Amino acid sequence: MSTLERLTARLGAALPPEAVITDPVRLRTYECDGLTYHRATPGVVVLPETAEQVAAVVRLCAEFGVPFVARGSGTGLSGGALPRTDGVLIVTSRMRRILEIDIAGRRAVVEPGVTNLAITEAVRDQGYYYAPDPSSQQICSIGGNVAENSGGAHCLKYGFTVNHVLALQVVTPDGEIVELSEQDAGYDLLGAFIGSEGTLGIATAITVRLSRAPEAVTTLLAAFTDIESGGQAVSAVIAAGVLPAAIEMMDALAIEAAEAAVHCGYPPGAGAVLVVELDGPRAEVERQFTAVERICRDTGAFEVRVAASAEERAAIWKGRKSAFAAVGRISPAYIVQDGVVPRTALPEVLAGIDRLQDEYGIRVANVFHAGDGNLHPLVLFDDSVPGEGERAEAASGRILDLCIEHGGSITGEHGVGVDKARYMPRMFTPDDLDTMQLVRCAFDPEGLSNPGKVFPTPRLCGEVPGVRKGVHPLVEAGLAEQF
Amino acid sequence: MDGARDPRSDETTEQAGKALAASGVAVRAAGADDVVAGVPPRWVALPETAEEIAAVLRVSEEHDLAVVPVGGGTKLHWGAPPSRCDVLLDTCCLNEVVEHEAGDLVVRAQAGLTVEALAEALAAKGQELALDVPVPGTTIGGLVATAIAGPRRFRYGTVRDLLIGITVVLADGTIAHAGGKVVKNVAGYDLGKLFTGSYGTLGVVADATFRLHPLPPSRTWAAASFARPVRSGPGGDASEEASAPEAVRLAGELHAALAAAAGSQAEPVAVELDWPDVTGPATVAVLVEGAASAERADAVRALLGPEARTVGERPGWWGRLPSAPPPSRDGARAETDAGRDEEPPAGRGETLLELRASPSRVAGALAAVHVTALETGTPAAVRGSAPAGVVHVALRADAGRTARFADALRARVEAADGRLVVLSAPPEAADGLDRWGRVGALALMRRVKERFDPGGRMSPGRFVGGI
Repeated sequence: MSTLERLTARLGAALPPEAVITDPVRLRTYECDGLTYHRATPGVVVLPETAEQVAAVVRLCAEFGVPFVARGSGTGLSGGALPRTDGVLIVTSRMRRILEIDIAGRRAVVEPGVTNLAITEAVRDQGYYYAPDPSSQQICSIGGNVAENSGGAHCLKYGFTVNHVLALQVVTPDGEIVELSEQDAGYDLLGAFIGSEGTLGIATAITVRLSRAPEAVTTLLAAFTDIESGGQAVSAVIAAGVLPAAIEMMDALAIEAAEAAVHCGYPPGAGAVLVVELDGPRAEVERQFTAVERICRDTGAFEVRVAASAEERAAIWKGRKSAFAAVGRISPAYIVQDGVVPRTALPEVLAGIDRLQDEYGIRVANVFHAGDGNLHPLVLFDDSVPGEGERAEAASGRILDLCIEHGGSITGEHGVGVDKARYMPRMFTPDDLDTMQLVRCAFDPEGLSNPGKVFPTPRLCGEVPGVRKGVHPLVEAGLAEQF
Repeated sequence: MDGARDPRSDETTEQAGKALAASGVAVRAAGADDVVAGVPPRWVALPETAEEIAAVLRVSEEHDLAVVPVGGGTKLHWGAPPSRCDVLLDTCCLNEVVEHEAGDLVVRAQAGLTVEALAEALAAKGQELALDVPVPGTTIGGLVATAIAGPRRFRYGTVRDLLIGITVVLADGTIAHAGGKVVKNVAGYDLGKLFTGSYGTLGVVADATFRLHPLPPSRTWAAASFARPVRSGPGGDASEEASAPEAVRLAGELHAALAAAAGSQAEPVAVELDWPDVTGPATVAVLVEGAASAERADAVRALLGPEARTVGERPGWWGRLPSAPPPSRDGARAETDAGRDEEPPAGRGETLLELRASPSRVAGALAAVHVTALETGTPAAVRGSAPAGVVHVALRADAGRTARFADALRARVEAADGRLVVLSAPPEAADGLDRWGRVGALALMRRVKERFDPGGRMSPGRFVGGI
């Protein structure tokens, strides 16, 4: 009997009926997340309903030395929820209760399987919403958002998951249930945990901040003949001191794909479109809108459309939000990247991507959060043509190199996961990575929580050298305080 | 801290001193001004680069020296006294703006730069770091180490929310970076969060990179006053029995005003309470900034009641920590009479508490301060960002009364799921004072500390759980 089999035999006692999946066909359902080219069939899948059940499963994993991976809705784009064939996949889809809504305290407590949008839907009638809005918000889970520190189009103004989570109940890799709260004194373990991609434990309850809905929202779409002019408009908006809720840009190829897929009806002949959303107090939005519209025209926009209703706003966003999937209409396969560059480096980096297209003989569609320099280049290829996938992969890596050379990052919101772990040493020194791993060793010295993600090579934690066991001698002697 | 006297021989000390001197970093003997919360260090090291910080820390590791980093020294009396302190690592010579790319709204600054000097450099480009640091002279390193923030935390959050990159030097001299110079970045663990508010116990911050905001074109305040809780009684004497219901009434009114302003779609960036003496009147003030600020502030003013007003100037108390009120007639008079005419140095001799409570529980928290003040005969001041869940409480009393005040207030606050931390207390009040209160994940914090500083030499004993 293998270790995993012995562990599996004990799972039944820790979980409700029907919560342990061992049937090979059903296991295959969980073999990948949103990044489908990394696949592994999990050893066993569990569907716990409570934090105590998650803790019980994790304790068994600790006892048997078996790795575990947490999974929410499986929409991640970095292979962060890629299972282990020799491990347990802990799926939070049955933990979907909204536990508490406290409008006066501007917060809600939810279980990890609750979808991002469900929080907003639960409080919208009372004039509140949950700010982070990843494109997958209709299905992605809040637990996954915590693991990835998810952003979204509106994080330019409102920040990321980490700026909107007030407390977490966490199952640590040794199976303990602890509370991490922004209220508590001590290290900001809450901040360190969010975005750790499941490598420090599993969040089992999440206290989120609710934001007051803005009084006014205005969305405009500006069409430019080329991407450079669009880029100039972005810089001019920022230089004017305007902080839009979102500034998104698409290039001609991305527009072509979106038109083919969802017929978004963007202005014909556009070499680039810019979507700018302003929100806030009506008086402020009106003034900022006047400024943004003028800037767009001054920088060469040949058409500016303004959404006058929620329907028209949805129509403008439709093309942008469908862009990833739409690329499937114009290319058999594609790789999506998530690099970030300082905003001022955008023109140079886009020109560099252009050159890479020629060099590798492949096409790249650009869809990006222009306001914060977060690129989502879609590297298109035909997987039936021998060698093209490799060329696309190589070009993707070169794009990330470009981002790093310009002082940027290899990932702005998708996470490192299994997909970009090998690029981490290009962005960080060995000392940087070793220092990060000190945190891992503090939480998970055995390396059982989502191993193989984020870091290219595991660190052997070992015993802490020279650590005093027990209380400090001075405290013992009553000579120093220790509170 | 007599008990913490170093038992090591003079010979060992001499060797350590020689090694420090040989490190190539400027080192001087410590003086009376270098005392850390009552504990004198032996040496002061003055590194000029991250590499020099590393050199000092390597020597310290070799010779088992305890190190306390310091910037402006404005909050060196915060936190518990160190259990030992050999080297005061002064970052004053690391005081440059390393990089400010205005178009990216990002700045990287060295640890020893003061927030005032940074603000001046940024203002020249029409930008700011949107943290209203409440202690003048604070350096970037001190800002990160203590995580203090001011009124606009309501809109922009605190250091953790605006810090996007960091360079730190660990106890063994390792120089490590995390984050970077782009705002949107999820590559790797966020060590910046871990170091924020870590009181120098994990290592030394060498530089930090922040997200900036454009300076707003205009600022307008709306403010309203609220009458003192006790109006009746000869001479206005506050007795506990008479004033408790009145305090609950006032706390309720303040809560309502604060909540109305915080929920306004005019989107104020700060909603502040100032209650200079919890037996007296209070003020609620709200800051609206950016386009159409006057018009929007007027909308908030209407929510604050008929007597509220708008002003273009900040209230005198805005963005500063509260000061303890003068001693009352019945309470702390005997202990503090002697020093009444002398203005003590800002913050010294006072006890400063940080009270955290959910915005839905502000009324209860404010009433708790009032009741605790009367019960212990200790006047107290409250100021802070109640709708952001944080206010500060200042008091000045003898050691016994200070401890009783903190314990009683903490019991009330924690019963309502809040927290109370003693940020600073006079050395004579330090014994027997529980500074940190309830902490949910102390065991994990100890494990983090053990990994980063296995020798327990970085600001030892200053933090939660004796970390």
